[in-house]
Amino acid sequence: MATLEIHDLHVSVEAENGAREILKGVDLTVKQGETHAIMGPNGSGKSTLAYSLAGHPKYTITGGTVTLDGEDVLEMSVDERARAGVFLAMQYPVEVPGVSVSNFLRTSATAIRGEAPKLRTWVKEVKSAMEQLQMDPAFAERNVNEGFSGGEKKRHEILQLELLQPKIAILDETDSGLDVDALRIVSEGVNRVRETGEVGTLLITHYTRILRYIKPDFVHVFANGRIAESGGAELADQLENEGYDKYVKGGATA
Amino acid sequence: MAEAQNIPAGSTTAGAIAVAAESTVATRMSAPPSFDVADFPVPHGREEEWRFTPLARLKGLHDGTAVANGTMKAQIDAPEGVTVESVERGDERIGKAGTPVDRVAAQAFSSFAKATVVTVPKETVLDEPIRVALHGEGGTTFGHTVFDVKPFAEAIIVIDHTGDGVRAANVDILVGDGAKVTFVSVQDWDDTAVHTSQHNALIGRDASFKSVVVTFGGDLVRLHPRVTYAGPGGEAEMLGLYFTDAGQHQEHRLLVTHDAPHCKSNVVYKGALQGQDAHAVWIGDVLIEKSAEGTDTYEMNRNLVLTDGARVDSVPNLEIETGEIVGAGHASATGRFDDEQLFYLQARGIPADEARRLVVRGFFAELVQQIGVDDIEERLIAKIEAELQGSV
Repeated sequence: MATLEIHDLHVSVEAENGAREILKGVDLTVKQGETHAIMGPNGSGKSTLAYSLAGHPKYTITGGTVTLDGEDVLEMSVDERARAGVFLAMQYPVEVPGVSVSNFLRTSATAIRGEAPKLRTWVKEVKSAMEQLQMDPAFAERNVNEGFSGGEKKRHEILQLELLQPKIAILDETDSGLDVDALRIVSEGVNRVRETGEVGTLLITHYTRILRYIKPDFVHVFANGRIAESGGAELADQLENEGYDKYVKGGATA
Repeated sequence: MAEAQNIPAGSTTAGAIAVAAESTVATRMSAPPSFDVADFPVPHGREEEWRFTPLARLKGLHDGTAVANGTMKAQIDAPEGVTVESVERGDERIGKAGTPVDRVAAQAFSSFAKATVVTVPKETVLDEPIRVALHGEGGTTFGHTVFDVKPFAEAIIVIDHTGDGVRAANVDILVGDGAKVTFVSVQDWDDTAVHTSQHNALIGRDASFKSVVVTFGGDLVRLHPRVTYAGPGGEAEMLGLYFTDAGQHQEHRLLVTHDAPHCKSNVVYKGALQGQDAHAVWIGDVLIEKSAEGTDTYEMNRNLVLTDGARVDSVPNLEIETGEIVGAGHASATGRFDDEQLFYLQARGIPADEARRLVVRGFFAELVQQIGVDDIEERLIAKIEAELQGSV
């Protein structure tokens, strides 16, 4: 069973006046089949955790360990992590001019699966995944994220999640900027992947809204660069009613 | 493509659309066009037409010190029906398509020994390209070639430059009424070569002309692809593709002069740059004269900067002397393949070198498909792959 173990993770970024520590000792274990919601106020370090796990060069790991089934994730390059089974659905996916969605998806699937998917089954696979996410087939011929609306970008991220079938899916504020319909469609996509029982999900969000569609097994409150409190789904209800005030007060940076 | 905010430091992407009674395209040159090199002052580098060019690397082509002391191996494969002549200076076909516009082009004109004239007779439709292979074997050479494609003939012409040397040579392309010509010039030189050339196309009534300029090699390459119209209804398509590596200077200076009514022109140049001091210059001038009613023109330059240390100067310029046109526009953009794009592709399992290849292939793909000469398209794709291999 795939397990992602994060132990005492410290991460800093280069700021104008030297390195600034953002993650201050994160401990978290995500197992295949589990869904963990990470909630927290702006600036608490949620996204830093997501990007650090994916290996973004902007973040420097200053301490701690991350392993996937015992393998040292921090030693891997960005693409090696993806091939090992770590997937990050990004909050702000970038445009890649000149590269069509269909070419991108196939190149990516080839890299992740270790061999080129058979063309006939691949075309069907992409088509049905796009239909389920209510994406126009013409989408496949557009350049990656170029001129996509916010909702289209998020659907495109979840399309990749469905096609690449990772062991660990990190969803970074996938709900932000989505209207109710889009949120439902995107959440259904995430749930299809979860229902396979093959993926461990790390759902990073500012709002409780998405948790009505994607039921978490665990909820963690992120504040001041570490997990301040953990609990079950009921913790989300408490946050819905009380907000983050009690975590932000007492020295935590907002 | 990412627009202005992505222009690397030190680059310019200036552009202008001027509606003027008198052309500044002509007046901002230091001297009017002439066949005589003595009519041009020796450039000092601050002139508008020389300000991007490293004069010291021209090997004396600009100041009269270059002497013809080199060898250029030439091979011409012409399909049946095509005549190839070596003619003396003074032949009336030489220079008919255009006059040298700068000192280097005039130097080439003043210095060639004999010109080559390739003629495609009237109504002859060639099913094989005319191929001119020029292989430099060192030293300085001058030349002049005229392609005279008679009315209603159809031809594909490929000039292929390889090897080393300093080469100053102009090319005239006479496109007869109703003729259809594709002219391809490949600059696949060794990295030490210097090449300057003015391509003059004179497009006949209802004729169509496609120019394809492909520049990969050379220490310094400076080309002037130019088009004028001999009658109404002509169409010009000018495609260009360059891949500028560390230390290379590749400059393409285009001028389309719309001097006849109801003509079209479409210019698309795309370049990728990589490595320290890779420098690409693109000047795209389009002039719509008062007589050129019904003109339809568009020009575009796109650059993709793959590494730090490269520089692009891209200057589109459109001058319109009549309002009675169908359309006129231009676009220029320089984008970077940046760390965020690389991260995104890598985060989907794609290794860094493969990611770069994906982006560059995509950038050029559409343009390559428009060339319409199979072996050139294949060679181009192979060449782009080789350039990318070199970068990793």
